[in-house]
Amino acid sequence: MHNNRINTWLYRHKGARATLLLALPVLWLAVAYLGSLAVMLLSSFWSVDSFTGNIVHSLSFSNFHTLITQRVYSTIALRSIGVAVAVTVIDGLLAIPIALFISKVLKPRFRSVVIALVLVPLWASYLVKTYAWRSMFADGGVISWLLKPFGLHGPGFGLPATTITLAYLWLPYMILPIYAGMDRLSNTLLEASSDLGASATRTFRSVILPIIYPAIIAGSIFTFSLSLGDYIVVKIVGGTTQLVANVIADNVGTAGNLPFAAAMALLPIGTILGYLFIVRRSGALENF
Amino acid sequence: MYLSRRARILLATLTFGTLAFIYVPLIVVAINSFNPSRSFSWPPQSLSTVWWGRLTESNGVLPAIVTSIKVGLGATAIALVLGTCIAFAVSRYSFYGKNTLSLLVIFPIALPGIITGIALNTTFHTFLDPLNKELALWTVVVGHATFCIVVVYNNVLARLRRMGQSLEEASQDLGANIFQTFRYVTFPLVRSALVAGGLLAFALSFDEIVVTTFTAGPGTETLPQWIFNNLFRPNQAPIVNVVATLLIGLFILPVWLSQHFSQDGSAGGRL
Repeated sequence: MHNNRINTWLYRHKGARATLLLALPVLWLAVAYLGSLAVMLLSSFWSVDSFTGNIVHSLSFSNFHTLITQRVYSTIALRSIGVAVAVTVIDGLLAIPIALFISKVLKPRFRSVVIALVLVPLWASYLVKTYAWRSMFADGGVISWLLKPFGLHGPGFGLPATTITLAYLWLPYMILPIYAGMDRLSNTLLEASSDLGASATRTFRSVILPIIYPAIIAGSIFTFSLSLGDYIVVKIVGGTTQLVANVIADNVGTAGNLPFAAAMALLPIGTILGYLFIVRRSGALENF
Repeated sequence: MYLSRRARILLATLTFGTLAFIYVPLIVVAINSFNPSRSFSWPPQSLSTVWWGRLTESNGVLPAIVTSIKVGLGATAIALVLGTCIAFAVSRYSFYGKNTLSLLVIFPIALPGIITGIALNTTFHTFLDPLNKELALWTVVVGHATFCIVVVYNNVLARLRRMGQSLEEASQDLGANIFQTFRYVTFPLVRSALVAGGLLAFALSFDEIVVTTFTAGPGTETLPQWIFNNLFRPNQAPIVNVVATLLIGLFILPVWLSQHFSQDGSAGGRL
């Protein structure tokens, strides 16, 4: 009977049911997680006592002063944004032909197979994929072996290796939305363009590109922000390259300067939010 | 046809080039795991299974796998409960801040892992330091659960939207109470979405390293952390190749299973 009373009460009170469902998730995400983010943002105004190593909980702009005045940090910031842009461009250039081929050239029965071939490695371990590129770029690795007959040396570990590995990791995130966008593009439009005398290049520029543009932007949000936040890849194949994310990681880890790391973290957060703000008008965000 | 023969051949070549770009590094790792040499020497002079035999005797792989499984199970359990709750609330009720909540669920996976990692790290230290407690295994579980919620949420939400409410209404009209309706009608209908979401959450947790690094205690080492810590050590590199090859094979299985269980097609991406 006890059970029945709870049941009747719950049945009558829709609000109570919703509250019960939401209590735990809201506590977890809104209070604990958002609270943590807020504390982290706040801690960027704190500082570390250079003598004791303790965190001083008083408002100071010293972290931001260091970030702005020391040239090394603006160099690192520009380099990181450059890498993120390069990764996005490489992924776009690789993804557009493959999406076009799968959706407009391949026969439907082969489509799902090729899509699976593209997507399954997305799920291979992130660390394994990064590690795979270490054996590609290593001294005596596959790339230097391939270039040897031409009398060339591999680039080794560094900025090019980091960019290529990041482009490799995030490529499926670019292919997926562009393929979805391409699939919505009706063949009749392409035929009409062709009937009206447009060349393949002209059809691509004037018909395909404007229609898949929001999808490209949607993909670029992933490739851009994932590249900007990554520090594992640069540690594994980047040699001594410094990017924003590994400066943040080193300040939390070895240097133990959490407030400075938090201040530095505002850069990727700000850049990503700024990027979202710029692309908001393209309609790409409605795909989410 | 609107595409010339030349254009189609060009597209086919580019596609197969990209597929090669995707697969060659993974194949190189697999071949290297049979390379008896200790260094990254390519091509291998001979093939042998010597490092595969040494997998279990190597220090730390098995404990790291056990740790990863524990974390994955814990995070998946929490994500299943929280993700399902949010999915039901969002699809069946209207409440203040609904849009904000559905955006907030995506946050932990949309923000770079390092941001989530140090944010949680700061909070854990704020609460644990006064108690003289350290980061441990449960702090990793909490961190992973936070970003796993979204995959369960997405899978369950897609299912709830597709199945509508008519069956549940029929059940209640026929006299079943809320609990009976859930047990006999709703749950069987969402079960496969829960399995798919759970598998994806587990795979996501099993692969994660960044949030892990900032939320793990001194004695806690997950498998990705083991790989990261050992790939710079020349002595351990061959074993890392073996573990990496195993993982390439192992990861494809849960993905395939989850695709199989989820008919919503929402399992394709990580979001």
